[in-house]
Amino acid sequence: MKLSLGKYLLPTYVLLTFLFLGIPIAYTFVFSFNDSVKSNIIWRGFTWDNWLNVCNQQEVCDAFANSLIIAASATLIATVLGTMIAIALVRYRFKFRSATNLLLFLPLATPEVVMGAGLAAQFLDFGWPKGMLTVIIAHTMFTLSFVVVTVKARVATLDPALEEAGRDLYANPAQVFMKITFPLLLPGILAAAMLAFALSFDDFIITQFNSGSIDTFPKFVYTAAARGIPAEANVIGSMVFIVAIAIVVTVQVRSSIKQRKLAKK
Amino acid sequence: MAFVALGGTATAKKQAPKKAGRVALLLLLPGIAYLGLFFLTPLFSLILTSLKTPSATGDIGRYDYAVEFGNYLYAVEQYMPQILRSFVFAIIATVVALLISYPLAYFIAVKARNKPLLKGLLLTLVIAPFFISMLLRTFAWKQLFSNDSWIVNALKNIGIFGTDSYIIGTDFAVVFGLVYNFIPFMTLPIFANLDRLDLRLLEASGDLYANPFTTFRKVTFPLSLPGVISGTLLTFIPISGDYVVASRDFLGGPDTAMIGNVVEANFLRIQDYPTASALSVLLMAAIVILVSAYVRRSGTDDLL
Repeated sequence: MKLSLGKYLLPTYVLLTFLFLGIPIAYTFVFSFNDSVKSNIIWRGFTWDNWLNVCNQQEVCDAFANSLIIAASATLIATVLGTMIAIALVRYRFKFRSATNLLLFLPLATPEVVMGAGLAAQFLDFGWPKGMLTVIIAHTMFTLSFVVVTVKARVATLDPALEEAGRDLYANPAQVFMKITFPLLLPGILAAAMLAFALSFDDFIITQFNSGSIDTFPKFVYTAAARGIPAEANVIGSMVFIVAIAIVVTVQVRSSIKQRKLAKK
Repeated sequence: MAFVALGGTATAKKQAPKKAGRVALLLLLPGIAYLGLFFLTPLFSLILTSLKTPSATGDIGRYDYAVEFGNYLYAVEQYMPQILRSFVFAIIATVVALLISYPLAYFIAVKARNKPLLKGLLLTLVIAPFFISMLLRTFAWKQLFSNDSWIVNALKNIGIFGTDSYIIGTDFAVVFGLVYNFIPFMTLPIFANLDRLDLRLLEASGDLYANPFTTFRKVTFPLSLPGVISGTLLTFIPISGDYVVASRDFLGGPDTAMIGNVVEANFLRIQDYPTASALSVLLMAAIVILVSAYVRRSGTDDLL
């Protein structure tokens, strides 16, 4: 009796925890279908309208578009810079190694409000007007370290013998990089890019300090919270959720198929 | 640190790093310069701003360079309750998140170890909350806990709650929201660590007549400590600076403001940049002390 209780205790706990984690997600989803007028607080019946006419609330759509542009730009820059650093960190020995590691670690250990306020103070000092550009600069900054961490793990698994083989076969450094290093690093780079995109897209605090009058999706939600968030915001939140989950599941299924194939060989 | 393990079961092979050349410098320079310009110098800007004095012209939001240490005294005097509250909330929320996350991470890493499909599914479920805007999630809790919600009504009906009780705006609501938002940040590093735990050690412990509790206390938990430390940092640091959950428009009330709320209000609303900067510098200093204690234990290479 005691044994069987112990056996089911942990799985039950895990199940309950996942239900708990899922509650606000389910709530957001359900209320994206609410036939609400202005504020989306009380359930007034089911409708597809919010999903079909997301851009009825022009501000939500504009904010969403801004978020996509910002996340795409920041991801691109951070992924390029971060990948370069990751390669250097694993492959080369250099003098200021621990200082470099510390500089990369610090942004991960700094509360967002400090980074946000610091950057905003610097933009004030420089006299730079806040806008799209300053948000992209800020997002590139705080996602960079995450890219380095993710790509570094991949570089560390790379066998240098493969590149040596390329060189032995008279490939020049550019060819070695394009034909061997880059393709092998690609899964890590893509994972890093997806992480950077997700972090940038969902960022609120750093954005609020450095965006001026530019609205992003999280910023729109924050401002709208005072008077009630429109159902269209729930629609966009739910859509993003579905797309993200679909990507994660696809990646997982593909990698497990690949592993199974490798195991057969 | 947390996300390394997400990359998969990569076992890092030790490579003999080559001596630095021009290539290494070229690879490092752009990114390092970027962080220098947009991470490091802003911290100096923050310190400079924290010492500024109101402009002689008396315009709102205008300040001149000065060395006004009184700003710090003012900030601490004025906002002591919020500063203390931030750390108390952050400590409680971190401990609760640890208690909730550890069994979860343990189950995924140890019990589901040989079931890749289940493991993948559970990991996806852990990170699922990341995929929906943090603000929407927090707002959902606000609606669920609002005064005439079914949860609150049910609590009143079964008598746990008095008729004039409420949840939103209380310390409980804020800590609850913080715990909820940061469970994945705590679970992932602990999972990453336990995933590498050699289960034969647990068997050995059992063979030596340790009961499961002793095995956990003497073997599993001590070995998972690095994961616990990194999860704790990843949770504690963002919570200590968070101001969304404690905001009055979300789960907070008039008496739940944290240091982040004060920084936001001073910087963005009343444009008192020196006070906001002084508070940020104090927060950063506290975090640096905390993290450097950790760095001393584990060295810089292990941080990333």
